[in-house]
Amino acid sequence: MSQGGPAILSLLIVVPVVGALIAPFLDRRRPGLIKGWALVISLLAAGLAVLMAADFRSGFADMQWEEHLSWLPALGISYHVGVDGVSVLLVALTAFLTPVAILAAWKEMEGRAKEYTVFLLLLEAGMIGAFVALDLALFFVFWEAMLIPLVLLIGVCGGERRVYAALKFFIYTAVGSLAMLLAIVGLAIQYKGQTGQYSFDLQQLAGMQVPPDVAFWMFIAFAVAFAIKVPVFPLHAWLPDAYTQAPTAILVLATMMVKVGTYGLLRFGLTLFPQQMVAAAPVFLTLGVIGVVYAGLVAIVQRDVVRLVAFSSVGHMAFIVLGIFSLNQQGISGATLQMLNHSISTGGLFILAAMVNERTRSTRIADLGGLAERWPVMAALFTLVLFSSVGLPGLNGFVGEFLILLGTFQAEPVAAVIAGSGVVLAAVYLVWMFQRTMHGADSGRGAGTRDLSGREVLTLIPIVAMVVWIGLFPTTLLGKMEASVGTLVIQAQKAAQVQTDGRAAAALSQFQVDR
Amino acid sequence: MNVSALGIDLTALAPILVLGGLAMAVLVLGLFVKKDGAGVLAWFALLGLAAALVLSLWSWGGTDRIVFGQMMAVDGFYTLFAALAIAVAGLGVVLSASYLDRSGLTHAEYYALMIFGAAGMVVMAGACNLILLLVGLELLSLSLYVLAGFARTRLSSQEAALKYFLLGSFSAGLLIYGAALVYGAAGTLDYSGVAKATQGLGGANPLLLVGLGLILVGFAFKLALVPFHMWVPDVYEGAPTPVTAYMAVGTKAVVFAALLRLVTGAFPAARAEWVAILAVLAALTMIVGNVAAVVQGNVKRLLAYSAIAHAGYILMAVVGGGKAGSDAVIFYLLAYTVMNFGAFAVLVAVGDGREERLSLQDYAGLARQSPWLAAAMAVFMLSLAGVPPTVGFWAKLYVFNAAIQGGYLWLALVGIATSVVAAYYYLKVVVAIYFTDPVSEKLILKPTGSMVAVLVVAVFFTLQMGLLPGLFLNLSQLPGL
Repeated sequence: MSQGGPAILSLLIVVPVVGALIAPFLDRRRPGLIKGWALVISLLAAGLAVLMAADFRSGFADMQWEEHLSWLPALGISYHVGVDGVSVLLVALTAFLTPVAILAAWKEMEGRAKEYTVFLLLLEAGMIGAFVALDLALFFVFWEAMLIPLVLLIGVCGGERRVYAALKFFIYTAVGSLAMLLAIVGLAIQYKGQTGQYSFDLQQLAGMQVPPDVAFWMFIAFAVAFAIKVPVFPLHAWLPDAYTQAPTAILVLATMMVKVGTYGLLRFGLTLFPQQMVAAAPVFLTLGVIGVVYAGLVAIVQRDVVRLVAFSSVGHMAFIVLGIFSLNQQGISGATLQMLNHSISTGGLFILAAMVNERTRSTRIADLGGLAERWPVMAALFTLVLFSSVGLPGLNGFVGEFLILLGTFQAEPVAAVIAGSGVVLAAVYLVWMFQRTMHGADSGRGAGTRDLSGREVLTLIPIVAMVVWIGLFPTTLLGKMEASVGTLVIQAQKAAQVQTDGRAAAALSQFQVDR
Repeated sequence: MNVSALGIDLTALAPILVLGGLAMAVLVLGLFVKKDGAGVLAWFALLGLAAALVLSLWSWGGTDRIVFGQMMAVDGFYTLFAALAIAVAGLGVVLSASYLDRSGLTHAEYYALMIFGAAGMVVMAGACNLILLLVGLELLSLSLYVLAGFARTRLSSQEAALKYFLLGSFSAGLLIYGAALVYGAAGTLDYSGVAKATQGLGGANPLLLVGLGLILVGFAFKLALVPFHMWVPDVYEGAPTPVTAYMAVGTKAVVFAALLRLVTGAFPAARAEWVAILAVLAALTMIVGNVAAVVQGNVKRLLAYSAIAHAGYILMAVVGGGKAGSDAVIFYLLAYTVMNFGAFAVLVAVGDGREERLSLQDYAGLARQSPWLAAAMAVFMLSLAGVPPTVGFWAKLYVFNAAIQGGYLWLALVGIATSVVAAYYYLKVVVAIYFTDPVSEKLILKPTGSMVAVLVVAVFFTLQMGLLPGLFLNLSQLPGL
């Protein structure tokens, strides 16, 4: 179904790319101009995205704003994009958070405005492309294309051990990616075997019957690629290094990039391999529970704010995985909502950590203390974002986590009970961190610096607004995604039904044999 | 439209005639051109090559035929590779012009050798008779032996020439011996004749099998397949860099084309045997080439090992076979040509002729000193690594597709695993360029106009074929065999 009108999804990809291509020709000696250009382009894209999300018709499960162009007909590869109720929100948030990231990194960008501008805009385009792609080859192109700018951002603009972190991140992801590529090619060849021509189109591949043993390995390849991206415990080792070495302010976009992993599990996992998803649910629920508890415990003992938030991010992502693999309406709705919330809350925490770092030149907890008295405005906003991350009722995090726990409880009560402790752990490490940095004895670091500037308040306003708005009116977003989530859930239930029937039939035949 | 006179198919002969005439004309003209007027020679050579290119494309879309008494095929496959060979020679001339100036080497003989080499490549692209194949190969190889040693004041260049010559003639010997044995088994040297004579014989004829084996070993030497690759790093490193580019790209393309034509044209009966041999060679080549590249500290040697590894990927498509296989071979070779030639062109631009800057440390901080050169190198490295949206990605997709369809999933898995290794060392170059600070304040010479031209062409096609693979090339209509 198409709303007609301009090709808004292509526009959302093209605008940042064009912005990134023009940036190198701007005068290097005028960083203000380059940064302004980055901001204007990202605001343009954000405006388009918000318009699109507002215009999105709720209650329809079909793709909207679909575009379909032939790209490489010899291999049945097409430029096929579209959004449903899940991806439309992710696209909108990506575009919405990019200007926030640029504003947050405003000072850091000073010396390397060009690099930041090019990489950030390309990263945005890559992520939006990955969220809207409905052709597996196209998806893979965007999946890889968003990786390179982030690796370069870490490697060029990052901290002391940036090269190590960037390479580690790249190698981890590349392993998963190539396995997925093989599975994608395998799917297209299966399709050719059945219909006589290639296709990489998701909707065409979805109805195909793949022999179970082949489908099993293909699913493994996809699942590993997505699990590395998310990252699911125990594949998370790249994340703490990458996050601590990356420029902290832009991490708000990195938290969006890892959503391509969870989104991929929903979109490609559930559509292409529903039976394997159902079969793998216990494994992923277990890993999710381990991830929640493990990340929470590790976060408690961190000595650095950024590293602590990085581990809290792993924990929150594990929650999302739980929601997805509960495979019911509440769980998947909660997971989708939490995909948005996590980027808002954790991204907000990273931005605040960057603001602290700009003033104190350190994010080590031991170096900080008593900051609240000096910077009351920052402390107030920090509190709000912090509690949104903890999941305080009335703020955004609560709705998502509640739905996830509800869904998980229906699927696997034990998992929900253990995962519930993750909420407590989050409260422990975040509030304790806040107490040690913002309250307590003044460490004297950053003395004489001012409270938040106008630019910094402007950076945080969108974050805070989203925190409160989603917290109070979650139904707006839940309504947009409801129909699409419903379709995904039905796919999962059908697959579960097939498996139960299969098992019953097997038991019956066994019974007859026994007789 | 076919032009023929005295019963000779001139349309088919024209590119070779023009190339041969051009090479001799360049030699003669060289006698009358002063040293500072060498630009005239380059322009002359380039114009001649352009004429040859047009003539070679003349037969595009024409009727497929075999001319000169069953010696040479004139079909889409031939046209494509003949045009590619001439285009590579043209790029080589452009890239060399200012390199020769900077290094104080003579121009005329150099261009003439490059053009003779191109003539050899054109012959190889069409050859469907073992004798003609050998003639083409020798014409190409003899030119390359001399070109490799062209910087004769440099010891490493001499060493490269000698090594290349010794191993090259050894492999030519194996090829000839193999051809002789095949003649013994089949009684003819035509590909189609051999195929007809051995129909139904298959693996039963030891004479044919030994001949085939020897021929494959000879090809493996030329293509630098593991374990016949030892000469490559030294030769590639020692030869003047534009020659390395010409060698790595042009030779590989036409020798692969010739191999594909030979094994499918002459030995369909022994398909099981040659596929088994080539599959093992492909796996070894990918593994050894990529793993050895990781530890290289010299960019030229790194690219040499990368060239070895890429041969493994192309071979994977040959093994896969069928229309998917030959499409993949063609597309990979086109992709490989633009991205690898581009990478070597960056090496030429970074060095200043007298002193070549080839260690990885010389590339540290290149992004600060020469941002456009750095960006070009990054594009080529990412493309060689197979990262979308560059052409290298589609090339990889094509070969994996061909391998899986041919039932060689294990080979595709080896390819995937080694691709991860490859991603690491290509990224190492990008890391050096972008992430590290310059080791010393050194002067990067401003690239000359001709170098910029080569780089622009290479970057353009690397990205264009990556973003819109169907624009110039209708991939569903790639010529088959």
